[in-house]
Amino acid sequence: MTTSSTTSSRWRALTRHHLFWPVAVLVLLLLVNVPFTPDFFSIKMADGHLYGSLVSIVLFGSPLILVAVGMTVVIATGGIDLSVGAVVAITGALACSYISDQKDQGALSGVLLAMGLGLLAAVVCGLWNGFLVARMGIQPIIATLIIMVAGRGVAQLITDGQIITINSEPYKLIGGGYWLTLPFSIFVVAAVVAVTGALTRRTALGLLVEAVGGNAEASRLVGIRSRRIKILVYMFCALCAGIAGLMISSNTSAADGNNAGLWIELDAILAVVIGGTSLLGGRFSIGGTVVGALVIQTLTTTIYTIGVPTQTNLVFKAAVVIVVCLLQSPKFRDKVFGAKFAARFRAQAGAKTAATPADTAAPTEAAPKMEVS
Amino acid sequence: MSATTQSPTASESRIPSKAARLLGDRRLPVGVTALLFLVMYGVGLGRYQFYGFAEPQVFLNLFIDNGYLLVAAVGVTFVILSGGIDLSVGSMIGFTTMFTAWLVERQGLPIVIVIPMALAVGAFGGFLMGYVIHNFEIQPFIVTLAGLFLFRGLCLVISKESISIGDASVSSMAQAQVSLGVGFVSIGAIVSLVVLAVAFYVLHYTRFGRRVYAIGGNEQSAMLMGLPQGGTKIAVYTVSGFCSALAGLLFTLYIQSGDPLHATGMELDAIAAVVIGGTLLTGGSGYVVGTLFGVLVLGLIKSIIQFEGTLSSWWTKIATGVLLCAFILVQRFMTTRKKT
Repeated sequence: MTTSSTTSSRWRALTRHHLFWPVAVLVLLLLVNVPFTPDFFSIKMADGHLYGSLVSIVLFGSPLILVAVGMTVVIATGGIDLSVGAVVAITGALACSYISDQKDQGALSGVLLAMGLGLLAAVVCGLWNGFLVARMGIQPIIATLIIMVAGRGVAQLITDGQIITINSEPYKLIGGGYWLTLPFSIFVVAAVVAVTGALTRRTALGLLVEAVGGNAEASRLVGIRSRRIKILVYMFCALCAGIAGLMISSNTSAADGNNAGLWIELDAILAVVIGGTSLLGGRFSIGGTVVGALVIQTLTTTIYTIGVPTQTNLVFKAAVVIVVCLLQSPKFRDKVFGAKFAARFRAQAGAKTAATPADTAAPTEAAPKMEVS
Repeated sequence: MSATTQSPTASESRIPSKAARLLGDRRLPVGVTALLFLVMYGVGLGRYQFYGFAEPQVFLNLFIDNGYLLVAAVGVTFVILSGGIDLSVGSMIGFTTMFTAWLVERQGLPIVIVIPMALAVGAFGGFLMGYVIHNFEIQPFIVTLAGLFLFRGLCLVISKESISIGDASVSSMAQAQVSLGVGFVSIGAIVSLVVLAVAFYVLHYTRFGRRVYAIGGNEQSAMLMGLPQGGTKIAVYTVSGFCSALAGLLFTLYIQSGDPLHATGMELDAIAAVVIGGTLLTGGSGYVVGTLFGVLVLGLIKSIIQFEGTLSSWWTKIATGVLLCAFILVQRFMTTRKKT
């Protein structure tokens, strides 16, 4: 675990390892679309933009990826953040209401200020969550429940209970605009993922986060400032949610305090779980989360394209959650596949761990997804 | 609040000062919530006395308008006392309204047959979640989250549009009023109070209730004592599923329709009511009477906002959040005090 960040070749091998099964599920899901929409993989050029199903999956999945990346880091410390949906709503509401008050909605300075204001509010929410969890020692589910409940009220307060629509070209860029023929949001997501990946895997920060998640008290005793790290991850998570909030409101050119980012926290947690991060904390995979979020978005798109009535969407999602969680549960594997299988499985995982300095949990959790496909 | 099944606390061994004993008392949070309710009611009386707030009916309406929430919150109290959490409550309520409306309106079944069916479905749903939680050791949070998706999805599978109920027997049940002299209450209010009484009895005077507290207090110790931990856990989620379905039926009566979006997010209201009622979210400590006061406080916020007129509905959410925060912090200080 400690040496995984030292050499790039090992790191690459590890990534391949982590991501293999989530990616396999993703590819399978994508292939399912082909018989129903033969030109599913084709990408067309029109008006100087690239269009196609793949592009739109990434475009519509962008906010979820962002929120899920933030959630991954929080879950890695053994926490959970239920308030991200409300933070999405608050950020969008604040930015849009600020822009709508401007005389010239297209002015770049005004838009930047609005975005800054929204993100600042998001970070403050994260600071509050982190304060409750790290300083007051309140269970993360409960601490973040407060903003989950009150946050939507605050968002509606900001928008005065209405849906604020705006007409601002620069603001439109972040969620609905194009740059270098690709949706601009893809670049934002790529930047966030790259920075997060670099910070957590190229520096010791990732290790510290995992140490705090593994055992907060032990990590404090060895001299890690576990409280400060916890506060930081909640702030980071809220910042990611804030950027997602800007994206969602910019894509629709409107702020809806009630429905923006509704249930996104649940989708994000699901993405993290599919990506192979354990909910118990102590280890995480950003790449896995990105793939997990793409799996969820692809699942949604697939349900649309293969003509399943959209209302069964949630039932499908429930089935996926249950299957993924069952397969990750050692007890379930023992009971269903027999103890022998599970033992062999553990031995295999152990052998792999000895060969590469990967953390043990990732293979054991990623591998059983064979059964998903 | 005369529950006495709690084992004697550490306070007896050391004979601390009166103030410390009071602060260490597990009944304190319930007392604080009850006091808060009285203060809020008093403020309401002071402000809107001439607008009819003093009418006894306003007070009784709290039970009429929040009966379903009380039933759901009682179910959640069981789960939280056992140290778990149930996120599927709101979806289960929504599903029950849809299921009931669909059977009564589209299938033409009499409501007398539909009620036990809905209750059985709810209890079975809860049982399934409990079974998975216990047998496969998956976190309750995730399993009930899957339940949330599943039941909301099933609502939409039944119908995308809301189904209004025009059935005569349902309407007569919904409109039935039980006179109390100073005012009236609905059937829903009475059912909810009966559920509360039964829950009080079960939690404080039966073996099952003791097991729920024991498992919530310390699962390891409970297991070492030889308590049937699995059965209790599964039963707790079954109770919660049953209560959610019953709450769904009351909600159906209250609103006389089934809608796939009914009761979205009500699990949070229920959890908030339980927390405000002084039950520790870590499990093992709390009273179902506190849940009653939690629901009444939430209901009172809504009626005060209605009386105020100028305040909008989102203030309900903010006020709930602020109260929730205050009570969580109070609980936090009380638990640290107990440990030291």
